[in-house]
Amino acid sequence: MKAKLYDKIATIYFYVVAGFLVAFLISLIGYILYQGRTRLNLSFLTSPPKFMEAGGGIGPQLFNSIELLVITLIISVPIGLGAGIYMAEYARPGLFTEVIRLSVETLSSMPSIVVGLFGLLVFVTMTGWGYSLMAGALALTVLNLPVMTRVSEDAIKSVPSSLREASFALGATKWQTITKVVVPAAMPGILTGIILTAGRIFGEAAALLYTAGMSSPALNFSNLNPSSPTSPLNLFRPAETLAVYIWKVNSEGLAPDARQIADGASAVLLLAVLTFNLFARWLGGVLYRRMTGER
Amino acid sequence: MKKIEVRDLDLFYGEVQALKKINLDVEPNSVLALIGPSGCGKSTFIRTLNRMNDLIEGVKISGTVLLDGKDIYKEVDVIELRKKVGMVFQKPNPFPMTVYDNVAYGPRIHGIRDKRTLNEIVEKSLKAAALWDEVKDRLHHSALSLSGGQQQRLCIARTLAVEPEVILMDEPTSALDPISTMKIEELIEELKKKYTIIIVTHNMQQAGRVSDYTAFFLNGELVEWGPTDQVFYNPKDKRTEDYITGRFG
Amino acid sequence: MDKRYEVARKRQDMLGKVIVFSSAVLLIVLVISLFYFVASKGLSTFIVNKIPLKEFLFSAEWRPDREVPQVGALPFIVGSVLVSIFAILISAPLGVSSAIFMVEISKKMGQKILQPAIEIFVGIPSVVYGWLGLSVLVPFISKHFGGLGFSLLAGILVLAIMTLPTITSVSADTIRSLPVEIREASYALGATRWQTIRHVLIPAAKPGILTAIILGLARAFGEALAVQMVIGNRPVIPKSFLEPMSTITSIITMEMGNTVMGTAWNNALWSLALLLLIISFFFIILIRLVGRRGMYR
Repeated sequence: MKAKLYDKIATIYFYVVAGFLVAFLISLIGYILYQGRTRLNLSFLTSPPKFMEAGGGIGPQLFNSIELLVITLIISVPIGLGAGIYMAEYARPGLFTEVIRLSVETLSSMPSIVVGLFGLLVFVTMTGWGYSLMAGALALTVLNLPVMTRVSEDAIKSVPSSLREASFALGATKWQTITKVVVPAAMPGILTGIILTAGRIFGEAAALLYTAGMSSPALNFSNLNPSSPTSPLNLFRPAETLAVYIWKVNSEGLAPDARQIADGASAVLLLAVLTFNLFARWLGGVLYRRMTGER
Repeated sequence: MKKIEVRDLDLFYGEVQALKKINLDVEPNSVLALIGPSGCGKSTFIRTLNRMNDLIEGVKISGTVLLDGKDIYKEVDVIELRKKVGMVFQKPNPFPMTVYDNVAYGPRIHGIRDKRTLNEIVEKSLKAAALWDEVKDRLHHSALSLSGGQQQRLCIARTLAVEPEVILMDEPTSALDPISTMKIEELIEELKKKYTIIIVTHNMQQAGRVSDYTAFFLNGELVEWGPTDQVFYNPKDKRTEDYITGRFG
Repeated sequence: MDKRYEVARKRQDMLGKVIVFSSAVLLIVLVISLFYFVASKGLSTFIVNKIPLKEFLFSAEWRPDREVPQVGALPFIVGSVLVSIFAILISAPLGVSSAIFMVEISKKMGQKILQPAIEIFVGIPSVVYGWLGLSVLVPFISKHFGGLGFSLLAGILVLAIMTLPTITSVSADTIRSLPVEIREASYALGATRWQTIRHVLIPAAKPGILTAIILGLARAFGEALAVQMVIGNRPVIPKSFLEPMSTITSIITMEMGNTVMGTAWNNALWSLALLLLIISFFFIILIRLVGRRGMYR
């Protein structure tokens, strides 16, 4: 009965590993939130950072992160969705499709620091924009495009072909079938994917160090002139994000409470990512139920 | 004049010949049943009539299919064709939209925007599919909340909304319970006054009940076809007789 | 039927195809321009500054600010290799085990607890891992093992955590996609669950598990900030697990901002970026080769 004994031991081992990982994650999250708890207040979230003295906040960085996220999604979602539609609906097996697939894989395994350097060369230097929100958004687009393409391709491919046939049988063109039947049916998957990638974009730092930059001019929210450097509408201002700020505070933070600031900022970042994750799950569930007509 | 004339139709999936020299006529306002064992080519055949096989990679077709005297592979635009030749599939496949939007989908993609016209079409089609009374209070609920039988009648309504002349039905009741099946059969009886119907069925009794003409397929060949009574009770070909008697026990 | 509407509809159909086609082409253009631009800068070390490739790859002398700059990248290359491989040695067994747990041992707990936990692990930004490493791990190592704490060991541990979810989820997908029949066949022969896992499932899932490990390795190799924050950033090859060191990504992160475009120093950093690009492409090719060997695909 040795086999049975080994089976028992193996089962115990797998439970221990799984239990350890879950406990580890819980303690990680707990630790970050506990350390950052004193900073989770409105004044920390909204006030600007201070240089060389205590009590600074993360207001501009948080705002930059959100703005950068929105702009990146505006650019990368349509293109990624388009490429996903192409791969799922038009691509025929062959060399060209293979090249696109290889491109998607190459892009998605690209180290983000390399993408950042590419951005530095092309979006910062060659365009003459300097460190800017736009350059950062384009660098993040490079990171996000392959993910978006894959997410949409998978979601579209999982739409049953009987729906396409029904639409074609009614005399719809291919484009009508795609835009009116296939993409709407794939929407739950696509939306969930977008939100999950949003979490990744929100936490990205390496690609932004040398594109969106490591400084943030004080923002004046009543200034709506897009060409003014203090206007939040100016897409060509340097825009340090929360994630970049955490990195910078650690390596060159001069404020006496640098440690607390990093703790607080990490907790905020973690909470944001957790929220994206939970929101994606919830939305996925809701949309799925609506699609299948369950109530 | 015949509604559909099929002449020397061959179909290949790559190297495999799935249909061999099919010749067949379809009378207007009649019901033609296609019978035969599974894999005999009857579903493949019905899909050549609205060119659904175009969607499958590697399909080669030769011969002619005439709709109202016009070659559908040469003289008719595929989208025009599919408007004229509607199709109901084996499994109900409503779109994940509301009941209303499902029926309005066809008219909309063909350019009808006017709300009142759409309302009329939806009501008329649902009534013609004998579904109106059951769904009129939940037109804006998801179509997926309907029962299987209702879903299939919705798919028929969706087909009717495009105002086709011919309706192809590929085993439309195979996924349904007996009561829903009966309702669909009654509907077919009603629909043939206005439309020409071609139905694939694996159910001999169903073919006997609903059809005016029957065609028997075997291994990609059309063995024989004619008025249903003749094919059932006085078949010319030994194979037809074997199949029918075998089936009836 | 309205003829004009038909024409417009056909045109729209064409236009749609053109638009999605161009989106796909854009991806190819992006990859090509990435290689082109990074290579155009990265090759100038060898073309403009006339530094032999051999020195760049095999010399350990990194003194790019000298009159005659020396840009031996060996410490960084070795550093990246060491930190990634040791990280994978820790995360691969854990990752594969947790994948097996999720798929074979307890589907319910896997789906309800472990799967979401793994997804959250993936979601935690790398600067947060770096910050945790810096504020918890580094002092811990310093206190219990000596040294500064900024060390190869710290880098390994941080990367082990970061690569674990990749390995888990890819392995789990592979094991899940194995046909039910082979499980049933094994159980029908009287095998225990562990025997089935060990002798049937793991061998059958091998290509997928290998892919998972290579993906994890690629992620470890390309990770920049989390590693840079905990390894101490000394441009030397570490002689023990407790010594500070550098990696390809960390040296780029640290020095790119302090150098002037066009100098030998700056060019050498671009050469490192090119090297990273080539390595990550190599990993992709490797995954394709491994994937092709799959039995059940």
